[in-house]
Amino acid sequence: MEAEGRVPGPPPLPPAGGGIGAELPAIPPGAARAPLLGAPAEVLELDDEEDDLEVFSKDTSLAEANSFSPSMTISPSSMINQYKFEDEPELRDLFITVDDPESHITAIETFITYRVITKTSRGEFDSCEYEVRRRYQDFLWLKSKLEEAHPTLIIPPLPEKFIMKGMVERFSDEFIETRRKALHKFLNRIADHPTLTFNEDFKIFLTAQAWELSSHKKQGPGLLSRMGQTVRAVASSVRGGVKNRPEMFTEMNDYMETFSQKINVLDKIAHRIYKEEREYFNEMKEYGPIHTLWSASEEDIADSLKGVASCIDKCCKATEKRMAGLSENLLPILHEYVLYSEILMGVLKRRDHIQSELDSKIDALANKKADKDLFSEEIGKLEDKVECANNALKADWDRWKQNMQCDMRSAFTNMADNNLHYYEECLATWESFLASQTVDCHGEEDSEDRP
Amino acid sequence: DEPVPAEGRHTAVPGRALHEGTQQMEDCLAKKMEITVSEAEKRTGRNAMNMQETYTAYLIETRAVESQNEGQCSPVDSLWRRYSEFELLRNYLLVTYPHIVVPPLPEKRADFVWHKLSADNMDPDFVERRRIGLENFLLRVASHPVLCQDKIFYSFLTQEGGWKEMVNETGFQLKADSRLKALNATFRVKNPDKRFTELKHYSDELQSVISHLLRVRARVADRLYGVYKVHGNYGRVFSEWSAIEKEMGDGLQSAGHHMDVYAASIDDILEEEEHYADQLKEYLFYAEALRAVCRKHELMQYDLEMAAQDLTSKKQQCEELATGTMRTFSLKGMTSKLFGQETPEQREAKIKILEEQIQEGEEQLKSKNLEGRDFVKSAWADIERFKEQKNRDLKEALISYAVMQISMCKKGIQVWTNAKECFSKM
Repeated sequence: MEAEGRVPGPPPLPPAGGGIGAELPAIPPGAARAPLLGAPAEVLELDDEEDDLEVFSKDTSLAEANSFSPSMTISPSSMINQYKFEDEPELRDLFITVDDPESHITAIETFITYRVITKTSRGEFDSCEYEVRRRYQDFLWLKSKLEEAHPTLIIPPLPEKFIMKGMVERFSDEFIETRRKALHKFLNRIADHPTLTFNEDFKIFLTAQAWELSSHKKQGPGLLSRMGQTVRAVASSVRGGVKNRPEMFTEMNDYMETFSQKINVLDKIAHRIYKEEREYFNEMKEYGPIHTLWSASEEDIADSLKGVASCIDKCCKATEKRMAGLSENLLPILHEYVLYSEILMGVLKRRDHIQSELDSKIDALANKKADKDLFSEEIGKLEDKVECANNALKADWDRWKQNMQCDMRSAFTNMADNNLHYYEECLATWESFLASQTVDCHGEEDSEDRP
Repeated sequence: DEPVPAEGRHTAVPGRALHEGTQQMEDCLAKKMEITVSEAEKRTGRNAMNMQETYTAYLIETRAVESQNEGQCSPVDSLWRRYSEFELLRNYLLVTYPHIVVPPLPEKRADFVWHKLSADNMDPDFVERRRIGLENFLLRVASHPVLCQDKIFYSFLTQEGGWKEMVNETGFQLKADSRLKALNATFRVKNPDKRFTELKHYSDELQSVISHLLRVRARVADRLYGVYKVHGNYGRVFSEWSAIEKEMGDGLQSAGHHMDVYAASIDDILEEEEHYADQLKEYLFYAEALRAVCRKHELMQYDLEMAAQDLTSKKQQCEELATGTMRTFSLKGMTSKLFGQETPEQREAKIKILEEQIQEGEEQLKSKNLEGRDFVKSAWADIERFKEQKNRDLKEALISYAVMQISMCKKGIQVWTNAKECFSKM
């Protein structure tokens, strides 16, 4: 998906304290606990005990504010550091599932909606359980709103609109299921994100009824203006907004270029392996039965032949399981990170664009001695903007890298596990066949009679 | 070109060929003589049309089996033979012993190949597998109670020069031509021995099912090769990726190494499987030899039936001439009716000739009957021997296939256990 550059709109949360911008992660009242960081966890059912653990108060006066415990330092980086290593699943207070795809047919179009169920104990939610229906368009809307609000945060990827490669039809069961899983992941990644989880549009997405959502969507910059922003952002990046780019972000850029390359190749490799395994499976399906056919014209070796046939059939089934493991685990994760690499390149571009605004204003100031004071104030604001953008990106980058490492580790470990189980199953099958054959052999050697 | 090295390669299992349990085996050649096809060498020479050709020559080594008392090693005799000479030997055996299921030669051209395997006769892997197949052929013949006593076979093993001439002097070629014609002819036998009819069906089924199996096996091998080799790409990309990762780098790099090991392991695995395929191929070709014996029986039976039919009709003719009645329509009878009867002298002469022919015919029929019964008896004995050999060999082959699969699984478990450990450290 093309990352669209955005001029940040009004911050979703009112700033508190001195001059801290919109990019700070919101802190729940009490500040003692933080939302989950780390790998996207499975959706867990809320335990009853968790209610006792909750430090939330339903005091609405606190709900909107970024309140801090006075003893804490008010620097952005220390805020961010606080969340980095808290990784306890029990701290989740927002659980989302996406399921139950349903087809809707109108005079104009056919589309699919998905059921989105949210369970939460958060105070800012009026209820603790919500059930809504959303279509793909709604997810697209949510993503663009998040990008708009947080241009230098890493918004999780959405599944693609269409799948060009592969022979999956638009509304095939396979396509819908793959999309459903990806949408589920998308919402959960947002829920796990320290900042995004408190985004207002996210809340509306999860809770609003269909008509409420449509009317809410109509507010804010329209599609055309958003498109204009994209053009400007791309143009500005072409003009070269990389003049004073901090070393860190150049490193990030270089890293992303290589990472993007590698992840794309890995994605291709994994798909190719899946394809080869499927072809192998198809041939194996034919291989086993030939032995059974042969056994029909034999007497003495009929049992051995049937034994081999049965082993081959079992290995065939094991291959099917191995393929399923690939398609359920490794393939979706690799694909997600292919999308992530595009997103990250976009985020880096947007950061550069924000910086280039500052740089060009500074240049303008250097050339025009007039309106110095006005410029200084504007420059001050832009400097803050750049600092916030950079900090937000840096924090999110670190978090993303940690998640990526975790995801990759688990995905590849799972792949290795799949293969292990496959070989273990096949081994057991053939060993038991061999045992049966050697028993027979000894039987024959002992017996005096020949058939 | 260098001859194929002697170490670490497969040999045909002599024990297998010697494993016949019956008393006759005590006298077979294989017990008295060690036979190996130990080397293969590329040669160039001129063929019958004086054109230059390249071929492979195989070194046959023979050595008398040392008796227990002597502590010495007997000397090794050796000579070189090429594939076409093996073919000549086999054709000779086929013609000379039609009641024997003659062991087959390894294939002339590589068939049932999966794509990575070369179909080139000069390919070293093909040559190596053929060497083993030729050794196996010689051992099978040497351990056959009847065939091992053949002098041409013995000379093949021991006499380098003049062997071809010796074979041709037996005049077997004439028989070979008529045999070939007969095998291809279609005719209907009225009373074949049911066992042979069943056996022919069996050999057809065996041929069909083994061909099918070999074809699919080749495709399975192809696909398996693909699965393993694509994993090799992981090795390369992990290594490149590890260069930009600080914490994940080590795990990625070492996992990549295991992926390379995994990808490389398929080559040996599939090479082993080729030997299994060769074992099946031998019985695919044996099916042809079985069918040849059945055909021979049919031929003899047909011959017998034709002779009996001829005899019956001659007897009838004789009777008609003697009694003057015409029970069956004959052109001669009609013409004689139209153009006048024969003279009594003519009739007498005819009857005499017929009676001579009838006597000859009866003797021939008797001997043909005897021949037929002898053939059936000795052929069936060899077929029973063959059946037992086939059951033993195929069961062993299936077991060895299972052993190969087990080895492949164990290798897989090892590699993926290692890879998993590396991944979990990422």
